[in-house]
Amino acid sequence: MTISITGLTKSFDATQVLRGIDLKVEDGELLALLGPSGSGKTTLLRIIAGLEWPDAGQLVVAGQDWLALPAQKRRIGFVFQHYALFPHMTVRDNIAFGLTVRPRSERPAPAQIDATVDNLLNLLQIPHLADRFPGQLSGGQRQRVALGRALAIQPAVLLLDEPFGALDAAIRRDLRRWLREVHEKTGSTTIFVTHDQEEAFELADRVVVMGDGQISQIGTADEIHDHPASAFVAQFMGASITLPVTLRGGRAEAPGLDARELMTCAEADGPGQLHLRPDSIALESDPASPWVLTRKDSNGTDLRLVLTGPDDSQIDVDLPRRGAPALVVGGHFRLRPLWGAMFSDAGPVAPAAPIRLSA
Amino acid sequence: MTDIAAPIRAKRVLPGFTLSLGTVLLYMTVIVLLPVLALILKGAEIGPARFWDIITSARTLAALRLTITAALIATAINAVYGLLMAWVLTRYEFPGRRILDALIDVPFALPTAVAGLSLTALFSGNGWFGQLLEPLGISVTYTIWGVALAMSFTSIPFVVRTVQPVLEDLDPAYEQAARTLGASEFTIFRRVVFPQILPAYLAGCTIALARSLGEFGAVVFIAGNLPFKTEIAALLAFIRLEEYDYQGAAAIALVLLFFALILLFVSNRLQARAMRFKER
Repeated sequence: MTISITGLTKSFDATQVLRGIDLKVEDGELLALLGPSGSGKTTLLRIIAGLEWPDAGQLVVAGQDWLALPAQKRRIGFVFQHYALFPHMTVRDNIAFGLTVRPRSERPAPAQIDATVDNLLNLLQIPHLADRFPGQLSGGQRQRVALGRALAIQPAVLLLDEPFGALDAAIRRDLRRWLREVHEKTGSTTIFVTHDQEEAFELADRVVVMGDGQISQIGTADEIHDHPASAFVAQFMGASITLPVTLRGGRAEAPGLDARELMTCAEADGPGQLHLRPDSIALESDPASPWVLTRKDSNGTDLRLVLTGPDDSQIDVDLPRRGAPALVVGGHFRLRPLWGAMFSDAGPVAPAAPIRLSA
Repeated sequence: MTDIAAPIRAKRVLPGFTLSLGTVLLYMTVIVLLPVLALILKGAEIGPARFWDIITSARTLAALRLTITAALIATAINAVYGLLMAWVLTRYEFPGRRILDALIDVPFALPTAVAGLSLTALFSGNGWFGQLLEPLGISVTYTIWGVALAMSFTSIPFVVRTVQPVLEDLDPAYEQAARTLGASEFTIFRRVVFPQILPAYLAGCTIALARSLGEFGAVVFIAGNLPFKTEIAALLAFIRLEEYDYQGAAAIALVLLFFALILLFVSNRLQARAMRFKER
């Protein structure tokens, strides 16, 4: 089912949560809504589900106006952040719920419902949990049951709100791979909300980066990684360092900076900002550089360095401990970023540069 | 060979266990256990044959029948309206909600005799409601309906106040999940909301029933207290006391105590059944 969203706005009291969202989701696509908390991503998901209603805009799914349909009629599978499994029903009854509540004329026969649930239990790899209550399950098991309950109605669209938010790191990794497999088997259009960029990029076909109620950028993992559309996206991608630079011919120049490794950008010449990640900067000894190593700590695998530069500005640099050059506190170093995003204070050269995918 | 180590006595994290439990037990003994024990001992003095005679006398049986029937009617009414009231108070936002919420507690706060008097005034032949009902051939005062009315007045807060907090704490995500799965609003209530408030609801209805069985002050004014017709069991026990018939009073009281215990037992079993999903 293709989902087409135009001009969606939504306010809660005086706070504007969505400021005009335009988005098209292809049939069978696995899409991530990525953004910090308060960016409106969950509200957008809940509007698609029919659990909230927008103030203005359109939501059309497979040619049908969904804003005219209540949640019950949309045939969506929604997986809640804290699963919302019915605590008084067994795993089997939870998964069967969407089938057993259908009007008598559309309801499958009990044997057929049983067979569907058994299939799902096998797909979810939890057949042994069928007769347990949700209170007796671990977080990862609940997550699977919640997904099974949503999939049982063969949803037109599968929506997941922070599906792995409440799980620990090892289980997240497993479930992520497994969700990808389930998506490939069922082929349903899937949208999930996350604040974890690693999760979004690893799992999704396309990622929608949201900030402050707007879509900041839409693209594949590679596109967003290589060409963040704005300083906000770059910072959200982990670029916590901002350096003032001079842009000339798409390259950044600053004392003690060697930006040869960076791709050129389509930004106007003049003063600008370079956004860098602490873990993708190499250091080279250079007595002429204004950057001085002022602190060096180790966490066993990585060295955590602090360099002090012009105007007493400080930046963090993380280097793998193995193979790191001999670094002496007080030495001068040149920064050689391996990844970065540049933005001219004057804006891009052409308003719609081909690499930009933002709305 | 090593000595067998003395078992380590686990220390309680929270201090004051002995003192607090001791106080509670002492208090319970003085306030609850001793009176009940005295009642049972008093009843035991009677001897089985005499006891049986007292409780199967026509007047006692009539009083018990009236008390139980009226209490069941009152509880049935409260079960419906108490649930509705708890639902309205938790689910809707409307002007005056807080005032309505506070009004629920009035039957708790009002002396039951005062409640009985005002109900009698309202429903007697020349009262506001009585005037309207009398021409239709419905009389409330001095009938079982008056008894049930007084009982339901004093016991309604029990249902509302036990169900209300559970409804308030119910995560709205359950209902939203059911909605996305295609359930109609009524199905959501029947299959998702109601089973989760059922334990509290049962508890509230049981306490309301127990309270109705024992209600005295509100009932005596509206009932008229005609022997064999509108005389409740608690009043009969009181009359026996006034006649210095302590044995008769104790026998009737013991029957009421017996019903109360049965009720608590059944209620606990029902609640345990309704909450079995919470067991680990």
